[in-house]
Parts: sequence; C-alpha cells; structure tokens
Amino acid sequence: MIVPVAAAAALDAPAFSTSRFRAEREADWIAFDALLTRLEKRGAKGLSSEELLQLPVLYRATLSSLSIARATSLDKALLAHLEALSMRGYFLIYGVRQSRFDRMKRFFTRDWPLAVQAVWKETLIIALIIVLGGLTSWLLVTNQPEWYYNFVDEGLAGGRDPRATAEFLQSTIGHGKAATDEGSGALHVFATFLFTHNSGVSIMSFALGFAFGIPTMMLEFYQGISLGAMIAVFTGKGLGYDFGGWLFIHGTTELFAAALSGAAGLRIGGAVVFPGARSRLQAASDAGRTAGKVMVGVILMLLVAGLLEGFGRQLITDTVMRYGIGTAMLLFWLAYYYLPRRSAAT
Amino acid sequence: MSAAAHLKQRVAQKGKVRQFITPEGVDLELKIASSGLRLGALIVDLSLMLVVLIFFALFLDWIDAAASRDAIEMVWLIGFFALRTFWFIGFELGQRAATPGKRLMGIRVVARDGGRLTADAVVARNLIRELELFLPLMMLGFGASEDTVSGWTVLAGVAWSLTLSLFLLFNKDRMRMGDLIAGTWVVMAQRSKLDRDIAAEAETSGPMVFTEAELSVYGIFELQELERVLRIREPRAMREVADTIRAKIGRPVAEEDDVFLLSYYRQLKARLERKLLFGKRREDKYASD
Repeated sequence: MIVPVAAAAALDAPAFSTSRFRAEREADWIAFDALLTRLEKRGAKGLSSEELLQLPVLYRATLSSLSIARATSLDKALLAHLEALSMRGYFLIYGVRQSRFDRMKRFFTRDWPLAVQAVWKETLIIALIIVLGGLTSWLLVTNQPEWYYNFVDEGLAGGRDPRATAEFLQSTIGHGKAATDEGSGALHVFATFLFTHNSGVSIMSFALGFAFGIPTMMLEFYQGISLGAMIAVFTGKGLGYDFGGWLFIHGTTELFAAALSGAAGLRIGGAVVFPGARSRLQAASDAGRTAGKVMVGVILMLLVAGLLEGFGRQLITDTVMRYGIGTAMLLFWLAYYYLPRRSAAT
Repeated sequence: MSAAAHLKQRVAQKGKVRQFITPEGVDLELKIASSGLRLGALIVDLSLMLVVLIFFALFLDWIDAAASRDAIEMVWLIGFFALRTFWFIGFELGQRAATPGKRLMGIRVVARDGGRLTADAVVARNLIRELELFLPLMMLGFGASEDTVSGWTVLAGVAWSLTLSLFLLFNKDRMRMGDLIAGTWVVMAQRSKLDRDIAAEAETSGPMVFTEAELSVYGIFELQELERVLRIREPRAMREVADTIRAKIGRPVAEEDDVFLLSYYRQLKARLERKLLFGKRREDKYASD
C-alpha cells in the first residue's frame, strides 16, 4: 500500500493527502464490507476458503485505515464509516469461534453440569430452606387444619383442601372411580399452567437474587410451605403414601429445579454481599454468568418435569411405579451433575 | 450557541464514549446507547411479540376444528411462555447480538470486558428482564386484589420495584439490572454508508482562492457542520450558511452558493488537516488558531 517515493514525487499533489489516502484504500473497505454482509447473512458457509483467509487481512487493513484517518482526516462521513465497519468486523471476527452445534454439545457435556456443581453450597442451603418450610407448614396444618387456607392459593389448590373428602382427594391423584370419569383434558391444561407458573416462580427467585438473596430465600421458603400444607392435607386423610407417589414422579425433577434456581439467585446475592478481592460489579457479573448457565438448565428441567407431570402421571397410576420413576429421575440428575468428570480441556 | 454551551455539549458526548481496545491495539470508542433508544427498542420488540402472539392465536383458532379445545389451550400457554422467554435470548444470540427492535434503533449488546458475548450472559441479562418488566405490574395487581394492604404499602412496593426497572437511568453506563449481572453493555452499532469524497470533487471546481486570514476563522466543528450541509445539499440551508460565511470573512456575493461552499470547504479542510499533521488540533472557532 505504500506509494514509492519516486512515484509520489512524480505526482503533482502533495505527498500525503486525505483524498489520496482514501482513493488508495477504498477498495479494501468496500471488499471488507461486502464480505461482512455475506458473513452476517449466511454465516461462514457463505464464504469460500480464499475469502475466509482474506477476512483477517482486510480487517487489519481497515483497522489501520481507521487509525490513520483518526490522526489525519477531518472527513466526518469517512470516520463514521470506518468506525462502524471496524466495529462490525471486530464483533464478527472475534465473536464466532464455534458452530452452534459445538456450542450446544459443550453446554450439555460441560457447561451445564459444571455450573450446577459450582453452586452446590447454595443448592444445599436452598434445599434446607424448602425442607424447613415444608416441615413448618406440615406441622402447623396437621395440628390446626385452618392454617391451610393461609398457605395455599385457591387457584393452585384446585379444591384440594382439608374440607375435601378422602374420595375426592384420591381422585385428584389418579386413583379411585372418579379419576376416569372426569375428563383428563382439564388436568392437562392445569399441568401446563403449573409448568408456566413454576417456571415463572423459578425465574423470579433467580432474578430477585441480587437483592442480597433474601427475596429468593423467602420465595423458596414459601414454596416449601405450600408443599408441606398440601402433604398435610393428604396425610391427614391417610393418603400420604399415594400422594407421595403422585408427587414423586415429577416432584424430584421439579423441586430440584426450584432449588437450583434459588441457588443461582443466591449465588448472585452472595457475590454482591461478599465480592472478595474483585469489585462488586465484577463479582456480580461473574456470578451472573454461572447462574445464567444454571438457569438454562433449570428451564430444561422444568420442561422435563412438565412432561412427566402431564403425561407420565396420567398414564402411570401405580404408586410403586411412580416412586420408581421419581427415584430414577433423581438419581439421573444427581449423577449427571455431580459425578466427577475430567477437568476442562480449554 | 455560546462557547460554554458548545463545550458542555462536547463534554456530554465524550462522556458516552467508552474505551474498547481490540487485540490489535486500536480503540473502537464504543458509544453507550441512550435510554431513549433502549426504551424505543423495547417498545418495538413488545409490539412485535404482540403481533406474533395474535397471529399465533389466530392460527390456533383456525386449526381449532381439528383438535380439542384443551390441547389448543395447552399449546397456546406453552407458545406464550416460549415467546416471552426466548424472543430476546434467541435474537441476541445471533450474529448481530440484537433483537429486531435493537436493530431498528441501531444498537447492540456487547460484553463489557471486550470478550465474546457468551450465551450465559445473554440468558442472564434477559431472565432478569422478566423481573424488571413484570414486578411493578405484579405489585400493582397485588395491591388491587388485596384489600387488606394499605395504599401506602402498595405505593412503597411499586416504588421499590420501579427503582429496579429504572436502574439504567441511575448509572452513567446505562446498564439495566440484567446488564449489571450479565456483565454486558448496550452500545451504538449504527451502519454508515461510505459517502462520496466531497473534497476530491471540489478539486475540479473553479479557481477560487481564499487567503490564510479568511480560512483561519473556523475550526474542526464548523468544518464538519459545513460538510453535513454539503452532503445534504439543501439549497436554502446552503444559502444561509454561505451568507453567514461571506459576512464573516467579508466577501461579496459573487459565485454560486455551492461553488463557493465547496471550495471554501476544501481549502479549510486542507488547512486544518495540514495543521493536524503538525499536531495542532483546533476543535472549534473559539479555540486559538
């Protein structure tokens, strides 16, 4: 790109002028722009291997042009174009390192389980909080059934409260005569509603984490409370074993997901309160990335739980079978997350 | 505009620029997107989501005859949930790192540390959006449904949740709560077409020569304003600018406005760029020559 001294002297114009600078380099910018546009539209497949090799060369040429233009040119349109072009180029060239498929594979084999492993302390704390909430309300409702109405929302209870008869309660968990008569369609919708509701609660308990994790813990405690109250209603009528099965088939996955979402929130809260050697902002964003990975996993787990709830539970009415599936799912998740794996290759 | 106001404006513009050095050592000087643009992008996205949702509902209604009502309801619920959760995440994971609304406003998401924008950062920043958008609404709804809670409690709740939602107004980097947690920024990413080189065109125009004294009245700011007028080529604006310059340097009206302006622009640019090469940058007419 350097004009030989003899040639420059031969020309009438001064040895350096911004018009000439532009005329010499413009072709590179146009070529780079065209390549970027194709890359954006069709991805790396849209370019031939020669063009791919050309890309970093043109990128560096454009950056160098930008530096020169900033120091020498006062043409605002030119500067704006070069800045926009360099920025686009930077994010495309340094942004794409993996194909979508590779990224996905990496997420499932490494990122997701490792992120969950990383928040194990928080998971334990949240699990304890849920159990504590459950125990509290179970004891309260068992001794004084009126407590139930303070704990469980009417819309979510669907008629399952201490006034209900044992037969009705039995029908709601897929046993007895009434279960088959009542259209199972309404139950499907109810299950879907529960899925979106639970996902909403999980997202909330994650998102509220930055307020030092306190709202997260409250939300999880409340989840434990409504669970305990529900259990108390069924155990009070001697249906504890059956209800356990009804709950267990999807509950192990769902409650695990709830605990993980709380743990993700708590992680962020913890980082904000105790940032350690890093700045608070840095600590929060580090924690946020781990928590973000956990949350993708949580949504997937809730989807699995929704499927188990919507289909598995309607099709399988045998209590032992339900316990079996619930336990298998729990073991699967535990193994997937916590079995030691080789340390990161990259 | 007075010198002080002018300076203030430039300082304000500079306050939005963030250093962003590429591995090649060039500072890309990213500009933080304004809160107005962010709001505009959000409104566009929400409206688009609404349109998609309406079409989705119409489509479901159309196939309703074939399937049962409950199944339709189920699909709708799941569709709504997926749209709400994955609209932002899906688009921001793309090459442009921007939703349609952001793209329209010419802004994009960038990792604050200059690294690659990772999927977990995008997920984290968008799940928190759920909280920022819906918590104030929930608080209001809660207040409306529960009579036992006093109006003041509701007000306090709404105010508290609004400080979360409006968090971006309270910091100079215009970070949402989600940006803060995910370690991201939203910056300007406007395309700009490479416009023609007007100085080169002017070389062919008539032999008007300005003296050093006539050229020394303006600085870079005025030069670039003149450039803007010349690029738009609006006759009335050109006439006004030409008259102002003529009055300032004391020249009679002798030539066509565009010929006059083009040659003045070219010679002023050449002069200022020459000074620039010697390390003298004259920001505007108030700065010393």
